[in-house]
Amino acid sequence: MARYLFRRMLSLALSLLAASLVIFLVIEVVPGDPASYMLGLNASPETVDALRDQLGLNAAAPARYLSWIWGMAQGDFGLSYTYKVPVSGLVAQRLEVSLPLALYALGLSALVAFPAGLLAAARRGRLADTAVMGATQLGISLPNFWFAMLLVLVFALHWRIFPAGGFPGWDGGIGAGLAALTLPAIALALPQAAILARVLRSALIETEGQDYIRTARAKGLTRTQTMIRHALRNAMIPVLTILGMQFSFLLAGAIIIENVFYLPGLGRLIFQAITQRDLIVVESVVMILVFAVILVTFLVDLAYALIDPRLRRRA
Amino acid sequence: MRLSLHLGLALTLAALLAAGVSLLWTPYDPAALSIAEKLRPPSAAHWLGTDHFGRDIAAMLMAGARTSIAVALVAVGIGMGFGVPLGLLAAARHGGTVDEVVMRGNDLIFAFPSLVIAILITAVFGPSALNAILAIGIFNIPVFARVARGGALSIWTLDFIRAAEVAGKGAARISAEHILPNIANLLIVQGTIQFSLGILAEAGLSYVGLGAQPPTPSWGRMLAEAQTMVTLAPHVAIFPGLAIVLTVFGLNLLGDGLRDRLDPRLRARP
Amino acid sequence: MTLLSVRDLSLSVGPAPILSEVSFDMAEGEVFGLVGESGSGKSMTALALMGLLPGNARVTGAARFGAIDLLAQGEGAMTRLRGRDIGMIFQEPMTALNPMKTIGDQVAETLLIHRAASRGAAREAAREKLDRVGLPGDRFPLSLYPHELSGGQRQRVAIAMAIALRPKLLIADEPTTALDVTTQAQILDLLGGLVRHEGLALMLITHDLAVVAGMAERLAVMQRGRIVEAGGTEALFRAPSQDYTRRLLAASGHRPARAARTAGQHSAPLLHVEDAVREYILPRPSALAPHPRLRAVDGVSFSIGAGESLGLVGESGCGKSTLTRAILGLDPLQGGSIRLGGSTVAVGRIMPAALRARMQAVFQDPYGSFNPRHSVGRLVSEPFHLTGRPPDADDRIAAALEEVGLAAADRHRYIHEFSGGQRQRIAIARALIIRPDLIVLDEAVSALDVRVRAQVLDLLARLQESHGMAYLFISHDLSVVRALTDRVLVMQSGRIVEAGPTERVFASPDHPYTRRLIAATPTIPAAWKEAAHAD
Repeated sequence: MARYLFRRMLSLALSLLAASLVIFLVIEVVPGDPASYMLGLNASPETVDALRDQLGLNAAAPARYLSWIWGMAQGDFGLSYTYKVPVSGLVAQRLEVSLPLALYALGLSALVAFPAGLLAAARRGRLADTAVMGATQLGISLPNFWFAMLLVLVFALHWRIFPAGGFPGWDGGIGAGLAALTLPAIALALPQAAILARVLRSALIETEGQDYIRTARAKGLTRTQTMIRHALRNAMIPVLTILGMQFSFLLAGAIIIENVFYLPGLGRLIFQAITQRDLIVVESVVMILVFAVILVTFLVDLAYALIDPRLRRRA
Repeated sequence: MRLSLHLGLALTLAALLAAGVSLLWTPYDPAALSIAEKLRPPSAAHWLGTDHFGRDIAAMLMAGARTSIAVALVAVGIGMGFGVPLGLLAAARHGGTVDEVVMRGNDLIFAFPSLVIAILITAVFGPSALNAILAIGIFNIPVFARVARGGALSIWTLDFIRAAEVAGKGAARISAEHILPNIANLLIVQGTIQFSLGILAEAGLSYVGLGAQPPTPSWGRMLAEAQTMVTLAPHVAIFPGLAIVLTVFGLNLLGDGLRDRLDPRLRARP
Repeated sequence: MTLLSVRDLSLSVGPAPILSEVSFDMAEGEVFGLVGESGSGKSMTALALMGLLPGNARVTGAARFGAIDLLAQGEGAMTRLRGRDIGMIFQEPMTALNPMKTIGDQVAETLLIHRAASRGAAREAAREKLDRVGLPGDRFPLSLYPHELSGGQRQRVAIAMAIALRPKLLIADEPTTALDVTTQAQILDLLGGLVRHEGLALMLITHDLAVVAGMAERLAVMQRGRIVEAGGTEALFRAPSQDYTRRLLAASGHRPARAARTAGQHSAPLLHVEDAVREYILPRPSALAPHPRLRAVDGVSFSIGAGESLGLVGESGCGKSTLTRAILGLDPLQGGSIRLGGSTVAVGRIMPAALRARMQAVFQDPYGSFNPRHSVGRLVSEPFHLTGRPPDADDRIAAALEEVGLAAADRHRYIHEFSGGQRQRIAIARALIIRPDLIVLDEAVSALDVRVRAQVLDLLARLQESHGMAYLFISHDLSVVRALTDRVLVMQSGRIVEAGPTERVFASPDHPYTRRLIAATPTIPAAWKEAAHAD
């Protein structure tokens, strides 16, 4: 287990380094000088140069890369070119919206997908299965932002159950915040739940065909008992993989959905930053998104080891 | 199951047909503005109504199909063109350094969701349909590499590969002659899946302004423009969304149907 | 006392009839053999009795088990019965246990599911049963997972699970087919002991006549869903009344007529293996430790003369497959050399095509040995890659197919249209087409049913007679090696432990391992067979 953990940690660190290098190099290619951009057209070359110095832009690329990742390791993402405030503060503020939204959606997705997948697998080939499969097929075809617009049309404008957009902040109480995030979370969650339910169903059906399920039945377990005691745990491996990948899709999807609901999250921040050529913000937000994806992959790897003794005991 | 294949094929062909016909004919010029005719509901003159500039929505959807399909198709081409050879190579050198490098490279790309790739590319080159293609295509590469590698690895263990080796054939020749034809089914099915995901991704990118720019017609941008009009004229938002859903739904059904039809394990049992 | 009485059991899945009017009786505490080739319906009979058939199966007839009819019970009643009154074990021990649960939990589950014991008592009972099947607590704690056990040990766990509640009937479906011969002997021994001492009856389902000959008091022979003959084992073997049984018995242990060849008459060896060493590098046990090495082939030397037939026997993991790959020039050696006709065998392009062309191979799996997308003609002509396609290629493809008993027109067909036996014939045609000096037969008949196997062995003997090529015949099955070879090598843990003329090695083995192997191989008593061969 310790060995497995060590190897995973090592690969986590290497992935982060590689990703940061890719991001840094891509941003390096971008034409234009942030310092002259910040100071406007009338700035003298001396002031521009002074600002470049201050922003650390005059240093050689390797040095700037090292100071960038060293800063990030300490939680310092640098100064936003446009807002002239620390990027970490900006990002933290936006994460208060984006992270709860992604987690909320992930929870909803699992909540819908597990019963649906179990039901479809248990009633394989029957009406309930056909219904779930049809619904999920349609679910994965939905563009989440369009689905979001329909939700607004029905639940916010027609029935006025949920707000149509905006975010009151968490200071006004958790209830109001959650209400504002509910429609966005549903819009994000349902297409993902459709995928998850299908994966769970096929993993369960695949597992049900295994020899050890027949052994369990020969011991006197009922169909339901074999599914719960033997199949479910074995089927969790592919489900976990998808669940991990979904988190990254949810984060990315949240960027789009935030636009539909005018939520002040990471997505809105990054689009503003792109239009304002505030590259340090773009760089940092992308790095945080990638960090989240890699971290989730790592957590999924750990979960594999907890579920599967073959990974745990490998000497 | 046959139903899903046929319905999928029909919907996919309909989308392709709409895109194809739009090159020669559309009910109106999709770019022609007519403020007098703005936000008209569906009627005999405008089958699907008009948008806030009075443009004919049916015409715009037909022209938009072109963009969506072209972007998704080229992105699948990029994914297959780079991913499949990489996957075959990794499988042929299974457990070796090449395999390790290909797989780690895959993991790295996987850490960047296609939207994030698009954001990075846009930050550098500015938004365009071409950049949407690049972003989706790059994201497709590891998908096809994985599918090709996984399929190839299971074929490599079979005895007919031993027989080919005994007949003096090298890894490249075996990959082309024996492996590729036997994983073609997998690749076709994955191709339809990535095609449908590509259409969704293109719509999403265009919606947030990272994809096709005016005047290139695009379903995603139609939705972005419709957003503020949703209460006044819901049809402006509903029809482009339906176009996306039906196309993606059709491709997904087609992929499922093909999988059932092509999977030798399923075919063996009548 | 009759324990089980099956009457007119018929079964169909969809429109296809699987079993027709199967009837037999089993007495309490007896070993009853159910024998047949693949597809004869013997496993389906067992699954029908257990009520574990696929959902679309239709069953008629009756199966009296004590006071009840197994075929008339609902799913709930069958659930209570399975595991408590009837236990069952299956063929594939590697996949028969849940990889995610400890062996203790899996054995205890049988008791818990039938509410026969509290959690603590169930674990104690599990311990006791594992001890009983030969997995003592000091070496096999309850906390082990299946992947920490060998195939034979896993089959013991499966047996412990099946007998945990002392069922009256144990159904064993090919319980030793996936195991090595020495392990098979131990498992059969264990099953025999359970019948004698625990008073359970055993239904032993197998394709192997020699296994039932040594185990069962009575047996039934199945063919195409019917019982063709049933009776006391010895009587049935001595005097089979049905033609099918006679042919089955004749085919088992069949030895093709071959001209006796004496070893040593061949001057220059065709293939010469000298001190061959093949090592694998294993993953490091800890971050800084050196990679441990596994010597799969450890200093092996032997040679094959032109036209000779050499056998190589050994159990799984002994290194024979690794050695085969090295001989075929597919894997490099770490030491020693392999020479074919005086030239060195090497991996990749270094080995000239002309040298490769002197050697071909036939593999085990008739289903995996052919690219399903190529026509038979293209498959058979693949070795022309080594020689260049000759102008008379078409004639030679036709000739090769006819030589192995197929039609020239079969070249236009695809492989899925052929049976397992026909596929092995096509594999032989493929090996033969460039007239190699040596054909490596890697478990080439192991996957075939006994009658088909006998035919393919005859074909191989005839081809060697007419073309004079040498065979290297690799198998775990001693009887087929004995049938086809002049000399034999016995391999254990990467080394050749014994070599010599086949008849001499089998009649008076020198090495203890060879003796163990031969003793463990189930055989039909010679006296029984003489009677059968007399008519």
